[in-house]
Amino acid sequence: MVGVSPDTIKTEVRKLEEVVPESVVKELEGSLLRVGRERAITREQLGEIIESVKRAYVNAMVEPGEAVGTIAAQSIGEPGTQMTLRTFHYAGVAELNVTLGLPRLIEIIDARRTPSAALMTIYLKEKYARSKEKARAFAQKIEMTTVEDVVLQTETDLINIVFVLTLDRSRMQRRELTPSKVASTIKGALKADALIDGNKLRIKPTTQSLSELRRLATKVRALPLHGVKGINRVVVKMEGDEYVVYTEGSNFSEILMLPEVDWTRTVTNNIHEIEAVLGVEAARNAIINEAVKTLDEQGLDVDVRHIMLVADMMTTLGTMKQVGRHGVSGEKTSVLARASFEITTKHLFDACVHGESDRLNGIIENIIAGQPIPLGTGSVELAMRREGEGGRK
Amino acid sequence: MSVEFDARQHVLVPKHEILSKEKAREVLERYKISPHQLPFIMSSDPVVKAIDAKPGDILQVSRNSPTAGRAIVYKYVIEE
Repeated sequence: MVGVSPDTIKTEVRKLEEVVPESVVKELEGSLLRVGRERAITREQLGEIIESVKRAYVNAMVEPGEAVGTIAAQSIGEPGTQMTLRTFHYAGVAELNVTLGLPRLIEIIDARRTPSAALMTIYLKEKYARSKEKARAFAQKIEMTTVEDVVLQTETDLINIVFVLTLDRSRMQRRELTPSKVASTIKGALKADALIDGNKLRIKPTTQSLSELRRLATKVRALPLHGVKGINRVVVKMEGDEYVVYTEGSNFSEILMLPEVDWTRTVTNNIHEIEAVLGVEAARNAIINEAVKTLDEQGLDVDVRHIMLVADMMTTLGTMKQVGRHGVSGEKTSVLARASFEITTKHLFDACVHGESDRLNGIIENIIAGQPIPLGTGSVELAMRREGEGGRK
Repeated sequence: MSVEFDARQHVLVPKHEILSKEKAREVLERYKISPHQLPFIMSSDPVVKAIDAKPGDILQVSRNSPTAGRAIVYKYVIEE
């Protein structure tokens, strides 16, 4: 008995692509080729295998009218009850503060503008990623240093109306700063004059008033001298065969601009920044990655399909919308559906004022109205043409 | 952005392509829908700008899916 050739297996399996996704086709092709090498597969057997794979796949598909959203909600919600409710400790990568568990998941789904613990993973270009010194130097370069970080002591001299800073030499040296550099940044950024006096910096406001001095004092302390805005702490870590830079705080657009950075792989956990810089499709991927990471980290096994559905719902309107009152649930077309979620009276009042009508197309509306719901078998309606009447099809 | 920065080459960004008029019509006919029933993408989206798509275009997005390998989605470009 002669088996079919590998080439026929390939062409036959490829025909499945219309029905079955790529990953399944590849898997089937791989295993058929492997089996084909050990023993002959006849043409009929091949046809039968392909046919049964197709049947199995079609059977496993979600039926039209299935309540996938409810299933996703339950599948994420139930394991969610077992998640860490609060995180106190620093965990994960090298002592960086990471939000974990339920708070993080809520943050992702609520599409918060800023995560409570922003974190960037910066990959470097080959030249910098291989050398510890170069990676360190880069980390040093982006870490934000404010005047406060290099100052030992501050005094407010109310008689002469001067603000005096005592600089810390060793801390400045580590950051490659000099008193004159600090002085010139202060002069450049604020309406003040800075005089160097040994280890001290005397800062004089241009308008000689006490209130101006006070205002200046707070401004001087927070003045960034060096580094990228928002990057508060930097940790360099060996990962595989390259050095990766982790940062507390995030500034995606500025970091990507730096020549040392491999901007094709660098990511942040601030999904809004990803949306702004890379677009809504990248934001969708980021939502999925972050949610999966959070759930995995807690040892929960939730099927990605549920998370993908949530991410799709959050991004289908072209911008990221939270799941909740100001997003997915708050933008439903039906008044009754919106009112049944949160802030009932507001939705009902507004709908009255604007003269909205509810077509009772959705599920919630029909439950409220006490009618069969358009779900599963209920989503099919019967149209009939009676004898003697033309009517539409 | 650095000179060579291109959002399209980031690992998180799937491939976006503008569909020709005929292809777009085919897609709409296949699903029996009108364009506004597709998921939207803003004309201000960095990737939309990079491929120079205009409002009214239909994009084909080839996502890398953890379940399907490759999944194709169509998006309708809307004005912001």
